[in-house]
Amino acid sequence: MSETARTYEVVSEAPLFRTGVTLSVLALTVILLLAPLAVVFAEALREGLGAAITALGDRDAWSAIRLTVLVAAVAVPLNACLGLAAAWAIAKFDFRGKAVLISLIDLPFSVSPVVAGLALVLLYGSHGWLGVWLQAHDLKIVFAFPGLLLATLFITFPFVARELIPVMTEQGRAEEEAALTLGASGWHMFRTVTLPNIRWALLYGVLLCNARAMGEFGAVAVISGKIRGQTTTMPIMIEMLYNEYLTVAAFSMAALLAALALLTLALKSLLEWRHADLLAATRRH
Amino acid sequence: MLRISSPLPGFGLGMGLLLAGLSLVVLLPLAALLGEGIAMGPAALAGHLASPRVLSALALSFRAALVASAFNLVFGLALAWVLTRYRFPGRRLIDAAVDLPFALPTAVAGIALTALYAPNGIFGQALAPLGITVAYTEIGIWLALVFVGLPFVVRTVQPVIDEIDRECEEASATLGASRARTLRRVVLPVLTPSLLTGFALALARSVGEFGSVIFIAGNLPGKTEIAPLLIVIRLEEYDYAGAAAIGLAMLGISFSMLLLINATQVWNRRRIGHV
Repeated sequence: MSETARTYEVVSEAPLFRTGVTLSVLALTVILLLAPLAVVFAEALREGLGAAITALGDRDAWSAIRLTVLVAAVAVPLNACLGLAAAWAIAKFDFRGKAVLISLIDLPFSVSPVVAGLALVLLYGSHGWLGVWLQAHDLKIVFAFPGLLLATLFITFPFVARELIPVMTEQGRAEEEAALTLGASGWHMFRTVTLPNIRWALLYGVLLCNARAMGEFGAVAVISGKIRGQTTTMPIMIEMLYNEYLTVAAFSMAALLAALALLTLALKSLLEWRHADLLAATRRH
Repeated sequence: MLRISSPLPGFGLGMGLLLAGLSLVVLLPLAALLGEGIAMGPAALAGHLASPRVLSALALSFRAALVASAFNLVFGLALAWVLTRYRFPGRRLIDAAVDLPFALPTAVAGIALTALYAPNGIFGQALAPLGITVAYTEIGIWLALVFVGLPFVVRTVQPVIDEIDRECEEASATLGASRARTLRRVVLPVLTPSLLTGFALALARSVGEFGSVIFIAGNLPGKTEIAPLLIVIRLEEYDYAGAAAIGLAMLGISFSMLLLINATQVWNRRRIGHV
């Protein structure tokens, strides 16, 4: 690209303008994006690494970490399977109403997480549509693990499907048809032809899905009930600690999630540089 | 949904799983919310929304999202342009950093921004002599929403800039147009649809944003209290109808956004499709 930049002098802006715009954009990026990231680690380490580690060793903090990992460990594989099923049906077949179905899959992107949590409370809460029935059968969803899981599933529903649909549409169905013609069974074809073709896009979607699942706050905050040691995920714990002025503890937990975010970004960038051709052409989420 | 014949297996399985998952996870809860609205009727719904506190919270959420997305429209375009067209050290790092708001949990972003802009924070102290207070004012809400919405604009516009045929810019320059004129008359029209799409995506996200805003907002009723927070407060008061009314109003706003996004994309396809 650096060669083209030189060749096309006539179609570029004046050097002074370029430098000015580049510097102001860089400064704004540092102030708006990088400074918040840096301050998380700075605040966590304000009283030294020891204090940060002690804060994370707290029993309630530990149970929040376990709960967050557990919710993601169930929600992400479930949504990965649903995303695969969705992409298979949408990308490899033609049917009426496809556009409507895709809009429905994207729906969680346009719904406030708090509204998603509210909707779950109105459905499963003690005053909700299914509340009486659930109580009669001694099933607890709101203020319990199933509620946290449902909220996370709602918020992360589109992530995997969104990555896979464009990739699988572009790849078409010729390779799968060839495998079938050569006598492969449906599952054999899926395992040996389809999955290898989409593995990087699938990993990409799972990565983003996981980051969001572990970091979700709004929907989970509404439905968790914030019972310490039982229904507090890491983001909820951060809010509680912060509101109790336990700043170091709050930022230590935040630093852990920020480290996860950095890891996600590093893996994502690696995938984009190595396998750009196998990922969707347009990136939005 | 009528399937048109294809030799591949698994349509029933895939579609079945998708429809079951979509209904259970997404549509059923939203139907419960709609049902709540139908059960209370339009008069009660309007009654719950008519209070000054609710109206000001809804107006604030919408206004702040509009301000932040307008800022992101300009800044996101500049950032995408610089990342695609200019070469400078650290470009890949900045490119990766654009996705930070997607990866960083909103609650983490919220307390980080508050630590920076609180009266005793680094930026808070620097801005105080200028008479600017960011934390616990509406400006703080704008800032949080700028953070949250930025990648939507950049990531929507970036691939389009990448695909622009530079021969058109050359032709324009050869025909005597100044660079500014070429940018305005040749480049900008090609980018406009994607800019609008990015703007609408950022807007839809910002209207409902909660985690990054509540820490820095101050949450004064009628002043810096956003609509999602008011839903949470109503739920804590066991006022389910009141919460549902605000939720439905926000859903209405979100659906208008979705329509806007779709309309933009149709327009986008019509304009770009025949080139």
